[in-house]
Amino acid sequence: MMYEYQNIFTRVQVHGPADLGVPMKPGSWPREKGTTTNWLFGILGDAQIGPIYLGTLGIASLLCGFIAIEIIGLNMLASVNWNPIEFVRQLFWLGLEPPPAKYGLALAPLNDGGWWQMAGFFLTASILLWWLRTYRRARALGMGTHIAWAFAAAIWLYLVLGFIRPLLLGNFSEAVPFGIFPHLDWTAAFSIRYGNLFYNPFHMLSIAFLYGSALLFAMHGATILSVSRLGGEREIEQIIDRGTASERAALFWRWTMGFNATMESIHRWAWWFAVLCPLVGGIGILLTGTVVDNWYLWGVKHGVAPMYPFDMTAPVLDPAAAPAQ
Amino acid sequence: MKISATALTAALLGTVVTVLLVIPMMLQWERPPMVSEQLGYRGLGMEQVTNPRIAKTLEALNQAPVPDDPVDNDGVLVKNDPENYKNVQVLGDLDTAQFNRLMNSITTWVAPQEGDNAGCAYCHNVENMASDEVYTKVVARRMIQMTRTINTKYASHVQQTGVTCYTCHRGQPVPANVWSINPGPKQAGGMAASRNGQNLGGQSVPAYSSLPYDPFTTLFAPDAKIRVIASTALPGGTGGTIQATEKTYALMMHMSDGLGVNCTFCHNSRIFSNWEESRPQRVTAWHGIKMVSDVNTTYMDPLAPVFPANRKGPMGDVLKTNCATCHNGINKPLYGFSMAKEYPELSVPNP
Repeated sequence: MMYEYQNIFTRVQVHGPADLGVPMKPGSWPREKGTTTNWLFGILGDAQIGPIYLGTLGIASLLCGFIAIEIIGLNMLASVNWNPIEFVRQLFWLGLEPPPAKYGLALAPLNDGGWWQMAGFFLTASILLWWLRTYRRARALGMGTHIAWAFAAAIWLYLVLGFIRPLLLGNFSEAVPFGIFPHLDWTAAFSIRYGNLFYNPFHMLSIAFLYGSALLFAMHGATILSVSRLGGEREIEQIIDRGTASERAALFWRWTMGFNATMESIHRWAWWFAVLCPLVGGIGILLTGTVVDNWYLWGVKHGVAPMYPFDMTAPVLDPAAAPAQ
Repeated sequence: MKISATALTAALLGTVVTVLLVIPMMLQWERPPMVSEQLGYRGLGMEQVTNPRIAKTLEALNQAPVPDDPVDNDGVLVKNDPENYKNVQVLGDLDTAQFNRLMNSITTWVAPQEGDNAGCAYCHNVENMASDEVYTKVVARRMIQMTRTINTKYASHVQQTGVTCYTCHRGQPVPANVWSINPGPKQAGGMAASRNGQNLGGQSVPAYSSLPYDPFTTLFAPDAKIRVIASTALPGGTGGTIQATEKTYALMMHMSDGLGVNCTFCHNSRIFSNWEESRPQRVTAWHGIKMVSDVNTTYMDPLAPVFPANRKGPMGDVLKTNCATCHNGINKPLYGFSMAKEYPELSVPNP
């Protein structure tokens, strides 16, 4: 029945003997033995949980991440005078601010941006350690390091926002605060201050790759699900011995848009689109304030920003520039 | 048709999570439909979005009172009748009939309530009307001078409409929308991080964001630097810091909230700093900021020794004006109805 194959949820959960993976190289930590299965996890993905490999890097990363979250959380709690009810009620609004401009790149006093610097240090350490972990685990499994480099693209954007750009401008006050609404307010203020980020060509590119990623993800996910009744989700088998699922999926796209990705290349497209989104975005942020101070005016200068007709019956002039009354 | 328990449970779980997330969000939302009015060239997002239901509520709250009937002159100026009018420092040039009409109007505008300390007695010792012993009389005198200054010196903002006591007071001794230095609720001291005057929920300014909750103290100060956007394409040191930008942003949110308008009521949608493409309303607003700054520093702040502690903010400064004090959520206070026209004595220079 057709309905059976409109599988937007996992319909079949396989519970077999636990898969402990390939043998480990000498010198590795022993793998955790404990595995279990979870029915709820099985709805979203594989029902098997574990074995988890924690390792030195994992433990160090989690520790640094814990310290960072503690610093941020406790300072948020202090900002509502240690009131746990207000902490929960205002959680989305609370934040930890970077140092004011007067401290430049120097170490700021703890209560005036110092905690932000410390939280930033530990969060960055945690992220970099986790990156190293993704690299090392991939190598240990004999995989390529694509995941690590895709993660590195996101880390690049993070470092540009919080470290590299402030370093170039000589001021940590330019960096992003921690907190849900505080970082969103920062984003809006950043665009306003630098004359509308929509006129930044690298921002435009980043948006194109962001939307492109979503489009590719939707196309790929839908294609594979639509041929899963023919075994289309078993990609390895399809690559080795292309069956009717892959043929139909490919033909569908040739019918509708003239050409198609292959079972392998679609992942290359997706990987590049996803990686380029933060990569070019980071370049755009890096140029803001260092090379360009007002993207709208830059756009006017380079013919990017068109002129629209506006009401000239009463020309609007800057009253501050007008002679005193 | 067979629906597996797994799919059903997952779907139910998803629905429950979604509902739990959406309900608290929806409490903050205003339901459609909205009324959208085009303010500029098509396709540029130049529009004013109004919630007609909120507009209706505001309309009921912003009805102008009927001005007192005009009266014929007595033919005697207040200053020429020292027998009956003593210690009249500001309104001495008025005809006694106009003077009494104005006093009556001020009572209904500011202290119409019944009781021992209301009506005339809110400002006067009724045994000796000339006495300055009630502090509110000293304040009221200064406020009349302030009203005249606004109506004569700031036509750039109040145009020919002008203001009266009622524009702000609305039948209340203290106008509903005033501000004082806002240190925010207590925060832990010592080594704990400073909030930098921002990152709190539930503050009246600036709406729902984490932006600075007291943009007024710094940005309504004379010669405050409100402009933060760089005026050159390449770096030239013309822009402000991000923190300064957030403060300006907070002030703009107050103006938007206080006037019930969107950003594009004054600004164009793509570059807020550009004047050429702004709407003329932005010039009016610019003069309004100057006016508020002048009114606060010239008239409100110097009254600090006069006001009792319960009429001051938590930091001991007097309650001051901002855009919402007059506007009360409407872009033209009282929908542009000119009360001041009926009281020409409020639109003459101070003696």
